[in-house]
Amino acid sequence: MSFLDLKNVTKIYPNGTKAVHETSLSINEGEFMVFVGPSGCGKSTLLRMVAGLEDITEGDINLDGKLMNEVDPSERDVAMVFQNYALYPHMNVYNNLAYGLKNRGIDKETIEQKVNDAAKLLQISDYLQRKPSMLSGGQRQRVAMGRAIVRNPKIFLFDEPLSNLDAKLRIQMRLEIKKLQQKVGVTSIFVTHDQVEAMTLADRLAVINNGIIEQLGTPIEIYDNPKSLFVAGFIGSPQMNFLDGNLKNKTLSAEGFEIKDINSDFEGEVTLGIRPEHLSQSENGLISLRVELVEQLGSDNLVYGQLKNKKDFCYRCPGNQTIEKGSNLSLNIDNNKYYIFDKSTGKRVN
Amino acid sequence: MKIKPLQIIAHIILILGVLLMVVPIWISFASSSHDSVTILTEGMKFHIGDQLARNYNEVLNEKGGWSEEVTAAKMFINSFIMALGIATLKVAISAMSAYALVYYRFKLAVPIFWLIFITLLVPLEVRIFPSYKIVSDLGLTNSYTGLILPLVASATATFFFRQFYKTIPDELLESAKLDGANGWSFFIDFLVPLSKTMIAAMFIFMFVYGYSQYLWPLIMTTAEEYWTVVMGMKIIYTESYEGVALPRTAERFAYIILSMIPPVLVVVFLQKWFIKGLIQTEK
Ligand SMILES: Nc1ncnc2c1ncn2[C@@H]1O[C@H](COP(=O)(O)OP(=O)(O)O)[C@@H](O)[C@H]1O
Ligand SMILES: [Mg+2]
Repeated sequence: MSFLDLKNVTKIYPNGTKAVHETSLSINEGEFMVFVGPSGCGKSTLLRMVAGLEDITEGDINLDGKLMNEVDPSERDVAMVFQNYALYPHMNVYNNLAYGLKNRGIDKETIEQKVNDAAKLLQISDYLQRKPSMLSGGQRQRVAMGRAIVRNPKIFLFDEPLSNLDAKLRIQMRLEIKKLQQKVGVTSIFVTHDQVEAMTLADRLAVINNGIIEQLGTPIEIYDNPKSLFVAGFIGSPQMNFLDGNLKNKTLSAEGFEIKDINSDFEGEVTLGIRPEHLSQSENGLISLRVELVEQLGSDNLVYGQLKNKKDFCYRCPGNQTIEKGSNLSLNIDNNKYYIFDKSTGKRVN
Repeated sequence: MKIKPLQIIAHIILILGVLLMVVPIWISFASSSHDSVTILTEGMKFHIGDQLARNYNEVLNEKGGWSEEVTAAKMFINSFIMALGIATLKVAISAMSAYALVYYRFKLAVPIFWLIFITLLVPLEVRIFPSYKIVSDLGLTNSYTGLILPLVASATATFFFRQFYKTIPDELLESAKLDGANGWSFFIDFLVPLSKTMIAAMFIFMFVYGYSQYLWPLIMTTAEEYWTVVMGMKIIYTESYEGVALPRTAERFAYIILSMIPPVLVVVFLQKWFIKGLIQTEK
């Protein structure tokens, strides 16, 4: 049995919403797991069941070999960082950090030691006497993290902790969280709807859709090998291009071109997925793109345009290539890097 | 700056209001510094006379009542104890019941809340006979407990605390739970400090309410040692004194002025929090 074990965990809210379907998942000690999915897919619900803040309708949660289903959140030894931080507004930073320790009956000197250590680690030593209302967003974030770290819990839970920060700070805190987790080595679950955050932070990633884990794996596995149309569309930026097509006798006829010798016996309506970065210009390429807009990011250019049949399409090329608006590009797919999905079920077929 | 006619009217109204409040108090105070005979013959006074110390000394220390035993000082103490008990218990009980109503999601929370709310329609004066019966059956007449106990539940304060608790985000409770707080420590460590302005405001209201009770102590107490200030105002100095039928008007004014001091002190003492509680910005 691994460190955290979810077995057929289901959540049905009293109003009948089934937020989490029979979900099984194992997380190893020290692992950084990310739950990623669109808003309302049930990520928070799953996390809150681990914390004990929501009852489990069905299934079992085991933490460190102990069944947690009926254990009160105060007894679970988990720490959570909330989206709005939920700092204690009437306590100064020191007491925000110390409160959980006091409740555990730890003596004063040890508390002081631990709080000071955590404060140093998070660089908030200078604000220990301030109230949360006198701190900036980034500082509050750090205090929230400090409150979690100082208790040295079995598991850290993060519920979209970065979404209230501005873009720059978000990237900075993302890095710091990752570094911190590596330093402290605590098992963590991080919930986010931002796929970039998910990819950069995760040791392993669970892509969730409508209360179901669609795919579980390392970020690279999921990027390289999405198992469903949903995962393919959700992971990767800019988004994967999708074209309608038909698969028959290992030949795919898509919108205006054909691919032969497909590695699949599936026959019928399919969706072809091609990542913008898996294309390159070549003479007599498969795909002909009429350029409408070029976004120059410096390192890369994002080329937006339309295919012959007016379908929107995106192509990503190195930043040193100059591409004229209104020109026609001829593109080939790199190394058979295309994905074919059953159009009716969304399952990968190649 | 141009002064608009509307502003002038508003200020006139406000000034009239202030005069309406202040002038009677000033007249009472000025009149309390004269000889009763002067006031009886010349009417109420606007200026300070020369009997101030004598009158106040008399009021505080003279033994009155039918048994000539109770002093005004004793009545002040009684009223203070009663008001303090009522205010403290009202605030404590309301805060706790609001806590139960908001945070413990038992099925009957809403009906119970409305039941509490409905009691606003049955103030003590309406249920005074059953209340008296219960208190006297318990043998609590002529005791502080009897004076205080029937008045300690407050629908108004429960309502205000409930509204306040509802504005506290759920994450705070959840976060506290994960930090190992239990039901009692969440109340003491979070709700009480967060609502301290509210508590101060409620305390003042309830103190004044308790202090100005008249009917209940009148019915409850037969022993003069439990008389309260407001009762005293009615009873004391009204009967003819040692056969001489001379109303002791100056002393009565002094008594009125003295009776205003305890609530004023409470307000002055708590006003900083009280005003914050009324405008309620700190979350
Ligand atoms: N307390 C609740 N009662 C009923 N339905 C809820 C409750 N909380 C969340 N839901 C529903 O459960 C689903 C999952 O919610 P949530 O876990 O918060 O999603 P996410 O965090 O992925 O955005 C949503 O459809 C949401 O409307
Ligand atoms: Mg959420």
